[in-house]
Amino acid sequence: MKTADSQGELWEVFIQSKPGQSFKHAGSIHAFDKDNAIENARDIYTRRNEGTGLWVVPSKEIIAVALNESDYFFEPATDKIYRHPTFYNLPEGVTHM
Amino acid sequence: MNTTLKYYLQIADNALILSHRLAENTSKGPFLEEDLAGANVALDLIGLAEAVYTEAAKMENQGQTADDLVYRREEKEFLNCLLSEQPNRDFAHLVTRQFLLDAFNYSYFIALTESKDPFLSAIAFKSLKEVTYHLRRSSEWMIRLGTGTEESKHRIQIAINTLWKFTPELFEESDADKAMLANGCGVNLSDIQQQWDQKVNEILFLGHLDIPKNKFSVRGGKEGIHTEHLGHLLAEMQFLPGKYPDAVW
Repeated sequence: MKTADSQGELWEVFIQSKPGQSFKHAGSIHAFDKDNAIENARDIYTRRNEGTGLWVVPSKEIIAVALNESDYFFEPATDKIYRHPTFYNLPEGVTHM
Repeated sequence: MNTTLKYYLQIADNALILSHRLAENTSKGPFLEEDLAGANVALDLIGLAEAVYTEAAKMENQGQTADDLVYRREEKEFLNCLLSEQPNRDFAHLVTRQFLLDAFNYSYFIALTESKDPFLSAIAFKSLKEVTYHLRRSSEWMIRLGTGTEESKHRIQIAINTLWKFTPELFEESDADKAMLANGCGVNLSDIQQQWDQKVNEILFLGHLDIPKNKFSVRGGKEGIHTEHLGHLLAEMQFLPGKYPDAVW
């Protein structure tokens, strides 16, 4: 619910530091609409050459794993070594794996 | 004072005084993000002002610095337009003042890139990127407030009505404007006025806002005759170098 001193909705900000790289979560901001959100994100997170790409997403649209589910959700099957592709040699030049 | 110097001071004073008004609002923004965004605009403008003052200070060849021009001139020596010195009053006034001046700066700096004065064309080119962004932000705020709540629409319309009388001055030609236009270094202000009218009409239309019909106008800034607000601004801004002339950064 909005009150008179509302700062707007919460939005999550993702920055791509170079073309071709993946977008990384940078933080969150308040804003009242899409244009306002992308500009606030620009003014707070990308004023010092941090990026060449910018996404904003309404925080409420992000689906997250609940904290109390994280145990069984993330537990890696460490005893099944065939699940971990650690036997391969990476070709030279592959940097973002 | 030679006309080139006067022309430089018009540009730098506009940027400095508007920047100072925005800086005054730092920590008083409506919310954190907007506070920072406003400070960013102030920093862009102070960068522009500093570059132009530094160049202007060299002109008279009397060992003057940019600081002298900012801190050791009197009110009547400042050549900024009256609109830039108008006080913040509320967020609607701040946004409206910014929008009206951003729309002017945008067309003005595009035209100034064609200047025969290499410094002016370079600084215009450099500023244009920043000014384009400023105009985008302030245009959206005009529309957002105009189409927001009843209160925001009411306040933004009051701000437009209050500040409107200072807009004709932007397009009035001072001696410096005339001389610099004649020698190919300046800008034709009647062209700028057409583009400004178009932009302002467009944004106010989108914001469901009325253009004031009142033709009353106030002028004088370009000749150093200011509203009562500039003196107060300078008193605060110039206090420290006035009291401690040897203070250094």
